[in-house]
Amino acid sequence: MTLKQKRIFLDKIFSYFCRITTYASILILFLLLFHIVKAGASWLDWQLITSFPSRHASKAGIKSGLFGSLYLVAVTIIFSVPIGIGTAIYLQEYAKKNKITQLIKLNISNLAGMPSIIYGLIGLAIFVRFLGFDRSLLAGGLTLALLILPVIIIASQEALAAVPRSLRDAAYALGARQWQVVIFQVLPAALPGIMTGIILAVSRSIGETAPLIIIGALSYAAFIPNGVMDSFTALPIQIYNWASRPQQEFQELAAGGILVLLILLFVLNGIAVFIRQRYQRFS
Amino acid sequence: MKVIYSLILLSALLVSCTGNENENQSASANQLSGTVKIDGSSTVFPITEAIAEDFAEPNPRVRVTIGVSGTGGGFKKFLASEVDINNASRTIKDSEKKKAQESGLKYIELPVAFDGVSVVVNKANDWVNFLTVDELKKIWSPGSVVKTWKDVRAEWPDKAIKLYGPGADSGTFDYFTHAIMGKAQMSRSDYTKSEDDNILVMGVAGDEASLGYFGFAYYEENKSKLKLVAIKSNKDSSAVLPSSSTISSNEYKPLSRPVFVYINKKSLAKPEVNEFVNYYIDNAARLSKEVGYVPMPQSDYDALRSKLK
Repeated sequence: MTLKQKRIFLDKIFSYFCRITTYASILILFLLLFHIVKAGASWLDWQLITSFPSRHASKAGIKSGLFGSLYLVAVTIIFSVPIGIGTAIYLQEYAKKNKITQLIKLNISNLAGMPSIIYGLIGLAIFVRFLGFDRSLLAGGLTLALLILPVIIIASQEALAAVPRSLRDAAYALGARQWQVVIFQVLPAALPGIMTGIILAVSRSIGETAPLIIIGALSYAAFIPNGVMDSFTALPIQIYNWASRPQQEFQELAAGGILVLLILLFVLNGIAVFIRQRYQRFS
Repeated sequence: MKVIYSLILLSALLVSCTGNENENQSASANQLSGTVKIDGSSTVFPITEAIAEDFAEPNPRVRVTIGVSGTGGGFKKFLASEVDINNASRTIKDSEKKKAQESGLKYIELPVAFDGVSVVVNKANDWVNFLTVDELKKIWSPGSVVKTWKDVRAEWPDKAIKLYGPGADSGTFDYFTHAIMGKAQMSRSDYTKSEDDNILVMGVAGDEASLGYFGFAYYEENKSKLKLVAIKSNKDSSAVLPSSSTISSNEYKPLSRPVFVYINKKSLAKPEVNEFVNYYIDNAARLSKEVGYVPMPQSDYDALRSKLK
């Protein structure tokens, strides 16, 4: 084999390798989806969504869990997005590049890798007990907001850092102050990246069970929460509860619940992608 | 900007969805309302959940909330008067009793059903008919040298024994280790663990030389895939298979136990809690059976009512 042939050969091998890894992950994803759809599709109907939990699989539904999860997402987004983006802007645009900033950044990266159950314990100590929010939606939403804050901050910081220097220079050259540069030039340019980070983070928070159980979310609730100070249950808790039952029907019901959770995720992500694309067009 | 608008819109939508809960409250004046707060064991949860579900029919305005913090976690909240009722898969500990005394909290203990732990082997296993408690102890003790079935009883085949059981966070694990080893949480740790009993069922069903233990309800639902093992509590007693009758009569020793609810006496003064507890006693036999547990004899339930006075 000549040197040239060898280089072409290696190039081919590498591209095949990459292709195989992609197909493998897609295949696994589809296998999982197929398995869940097969088990749960027949349970996925209007009654599943509009009924409260029951010991009879045929009458059981996820109404309380679904509403609980929607509320939680709303509370989580309201607290985590402004704080997350604000922190990223400060660290990236304003903070001096010194040891303290470095230390803060390092700690945020570490926090992003902390197991979610630890956030549950923090939530229990601070929001439930110290601040006296009790086992409310507010306490749950704040706990999940804490959980996803590091992810949002890191993603936003990276998006801000990727905005080209020339854009800022052009704005400064026209006489803009720093806040004008940040708000009107840098932030819109970084928004697609920031949105991607938020989508990933919020999707993660929807699937979390452990921290919610720690702060004392309910496992059985036959009501829709009556405001943010009310107690609540969430979709993944309901799914976990059903999946651990001895009866086969409940395991299928759990698969039905997982399908609803997936659809919810798709819808929320769809909204985020829609916003992102509109923004890209007009900026 | 649009992001913020959409967020505000989304949250406003969510809030408006549930704002009309109070409108139909004045419908019938003689009905009970209020909240019954319950927490505790995941083992007792299915029974209490079934009771709560049926209780809601005649009492639609009473909210029953059930959390699952485990028996110990539930007692913490119970003793802090944060909940009215605790689901407990064991009786109250001395340290917990002391706390109740210190804070002047009075409570009532009600056994509501029986739960059995079943020991199972693979369907294809034709050598095991019964196991003695001593043999179980030999198999499961910490640092156990049992590697094959032959190590348990000399006449059994020289096949590697594959063990399946719940992990350390499970109430079943606490109970089994306490009953067999004499001390809770004492167990070898080189076995396949899962907090999800369904996974243990699959493990034992798919492995010819396996041995596992889990809640009796999980055996009942998977009878066709598993072989039940009778237990001899000592050398001279006869081997007993778990069944509703042997569990409730306590013949199936030592792996059957009662499960409890604890009620704060102060909460019992609230009419909705009182009504709920009475409903619990009246329906525990029927509903515990329906969700896979073993009811106590009817006379025992009748005797509970006198405890409430």
